[in-house]
Amino acid sequence: MSALVEVRDLAKVFDVSAPWLNRVVEGKPRQFVYAVDGVSFSIERGKTLALVGESGCGKSTVARLLVGLYQPTRGDVRFDGQPTDAAQNAAGLRTLRKRMQMIFQDPYASLNPRWKVLDIVGEPLREHGLVDKAQGTDGLRRQVSELLMSVGLAAADCDKFPHQFSGGQRQRISIARALATQPEFLVCDEPTSALDVSVQAQVLNIMKDLQRSRGLTYLFISHNLAVVRHVADDVGVMYLGRLVEVAPKLELFSHPRHPYTRMLLDAIPDIHMSGRARTPVQGEVPNPLNPPSGCAFHPRCPHANARCSSERPALINFQGIHIACHAVEEGRI
Amino acid sequence: MALQPLLEVKHLRVEFPTRHGTLLALDDISFDIAPGEILGVVGESGAGKSLTGAAIIGLLEPPGRIAGGEIRLAGQRIDNLPYEDMRKIRGRQIGAIFQDPLTSLNPLYTIGRQLTETILTHLPVSAEEARQRAIRLLQETGIPAAEQRIDQYPHQFSGGMRQRVVIALALAAEPKLIVADEPTTALDVSIQAQIISLLKRLCKDHGAAVMLVTHDMGVIAETCDRVAVLYAGRVAEIGPVGEVIHRPAHPYTAGLMGSIPAMDDTRERLLQIDGAMPRLNAIPLGCAFNPRCEQVMDRCRVERPELFDAGATRAACWLVGAGT
Repeated sequence: MSALVEVRDLAKVFDVSAPWLNRVVEGKPRQFVYAVDGVSFSIERGKTLALVGESGCGKSTVARLLVGLYQPTRGDVRFDGQPTDAAQNAAGLRTLRKRMQMIFQDPYASLNPRWKVLDIVGEPLREHGLVDKAQGTDGLRRQVSELLMSVGLAAADCDKFPHQFSGGQRQRISIARALATQPEFLVCDEPTSALDVSVQAQVLNIMKDLQRSRGLTYLFISHNLAVVRHVADDVGVMYLGRLVEVAPKLELFSHPRHPYTRMLLDAIPDIHMSGRARTPVQGEVPNPLNPPSGCAFHPRCPHANARCSSERPALINFQGIHIACHAVEEGRI
Repeated sequence: MALQPLLEVKHLRVEFPTRHGTLLALDDISFDIAPGEILGVVGESGAGKSLTGAAIIGLLEPPGRIAGGEIRLAGQRIDNLPYEDMRKIRGRQIGAIFQDPLTSLNPLYTIGRQLTETILTHLPVSAEEARQRAIRLLQETGIPAAEQRIDQYPHQFSGGMRQRVVIALALAAEPKLIVADEPTTALDVSIQAQIISLLKRLCKDHGAAVMLVTHDMGVIAETCDRVAVLYAGRVAEIGPVGEVIHRPAHPYTAGLMGSIPAMDDTRERLLQIDGAMPRLNAIPLGCAFNPRCEQVMDRCRVERPELFDAGATRAACWLVGAGT
C-alpha cells in the first residue's frame, strides 16, 4: 500500500533572539529553538497516525508544517507522491489545500464569532469554487446543510452564530468546515482536549465514523494516550522536537521500548486500576532553548550512559518498529 | 458514626441573581469529609464542582451567594461568618490550591516572602522560625536547593515547580482541610503524576483531609477514598471510589465512565451520552438528567429524586429509589 503522506527529515527552527539593539548592547548571542528537528514518518491512506508528547515537544509545529501554515527550515513533505514544496506556485498549492484540511484545538478561537455557520462552513466551498451553481442561490445552503447533518447537527443551524453552540457542537462545526472540500487528509491538532469527556466521546465517534465512510487519513495530535490508543493505527512519540519511537498502536502500548514511552505510559492515571502504585517520573522537560547534548532524554533516563549524553541516537528500524535509543539498540534494556 | 466529620455540607444552595432571573448554580448539595479523608468531586464543566469549593472557602464571586443550607468545619458553622473571621479560617484551617499555579502566586514577591507571610499571619512564630519552616516545606514538596530557591520569584520556576510551591503555601499553616481545585489540569502528564503523588503523601503526613475537584476520573481513581459526581449543580452519586467506578448506580455515572477511553479496552466506539448538560436557566423539571437518560421513566420528568441508598453508594435516581 502506498503512503499518502510522507515526511522526510522535517525541521523547523524559530529565531527567538533578542532584538538587534539588545544583542549589541548586552552582548547577547542569537538564540534558536529547534521546534522540530529531523522528523520522518509516513501515513498510509485511510490510516491514522497519532503524535503524542508533552507540551513544547513540537507536535503542533509538525501539524502546521504539514498543512503549510509554516514553511519548513529543512526537509520535505510529500503528499500523494507529490512534493508540497514544488507546489509553491499558486495553482498547485490550491489543489493541494483542497485535499488536506485542519481541525484546531480550541473551538472557541477557531470560528469567527461574527460569521454565521453558513458562512463559516461555506467559506472553503466559495474559496475553491465548489459551490453548486446549478442549484441557484440555494446551492450553498444545501451543501452546508448536508455537511452539518453529516456531523450530527441540523440544517437549521446554518443561520446561527458560533456563540449559540456548546463546545462540542462548535468542534462539529470545525469538522464540517474541514470536510467541505472533500479532503483526503485531515490534520487534527488536539481536537478534543478542550472538551468534556462525554462530549469528547461524541466527537471521537463522529471522527471514526467519517473515517470509515469517507476513507479519510488522519494525523491526530494529542497528549492524551488513552484517546490516542482509541483512535490511532500507528503512534509516534515525540520528545523535544524529535521522534523517539514510532510503532503500531498495539505494539507500542503492549511493548513500549523507548524509556520515554514507558515513562509516559506509566504516568497515565488509569480508572480501572485503582490502588495501583505508579512510579512517578523524575524531572521535567528541559528548556528547548538549551536542549541536553546527545539523546535529549538522557538527564531523565534511568538507562542513560556516557554514549547517551554525547551521541544523538538516530531513528532506526528495530524489530519492526522505529526507535531512537542507544540502550534499546545495544540490547541493554 | 462515632467520628465527627471534619467538613459537613448540608443542603447547600448557591444562586446567582441576574437580570433575567435568579440562576440556581448549586441545588441542595450535601456531603461530608472525615478527618484525613480524600473526597473527589467530579463532573463536567458547569456542573458546579469549582463553585462548591469556592463556597466552602468563602470565596464565591459576587453576585453569587449562598442562599441556603450550611457548611460546618469541625462542628463550627462557617458559611455565615463575617469576612474577617473567615479570613482567619482560610489558610489556617482550610488551605486552597487552584488550577493555575502562575495566577495563584504573586509575581512581585519572592516565594519565600509569600510563604513566610502566610506562616506569620497564622502561627505564633518568629520571622527566622517562619523562614526555616518555609525552607522545610519547600524541601518536603521536592524543590531542589530550597535554601537558594526560596529567594526567587515565581517566574523563575517551571509549571510543575510552581504547583509545588502552591502546595507548600496551602500546607504552610497546617490546615485540617485542603480544597484543591483542578491542581493538575494545567500540567503535563508526567508532571501530573508527580504532583498527585506528592499531594497524597503530604496530606497523609500532615493529617489533612482533601476535597479534590477535578474532571479527570483517572486522577480520582488513584487518589480518592470517596467520590461525589455532580451534574447540573446537584449530587448525582456519591460513594467509595471503587464502587462508583465499577458499579455505578446512576445512569449518568455509568455513561460518564463509558465515555472515557481506557487503556485496556478494545471497543470500536465509545459509549456516548447524547446531548449536553443543561444550562442553568433551563434545568429540566424532575431529574436534571432525564432528557439525556436512556432509562427515563414518567416519574423522572416530574419528580426530583433524592439521594437513595444503592448498595455501597448513594444515587439520586428513581431507578434506585423506586421501591421506597
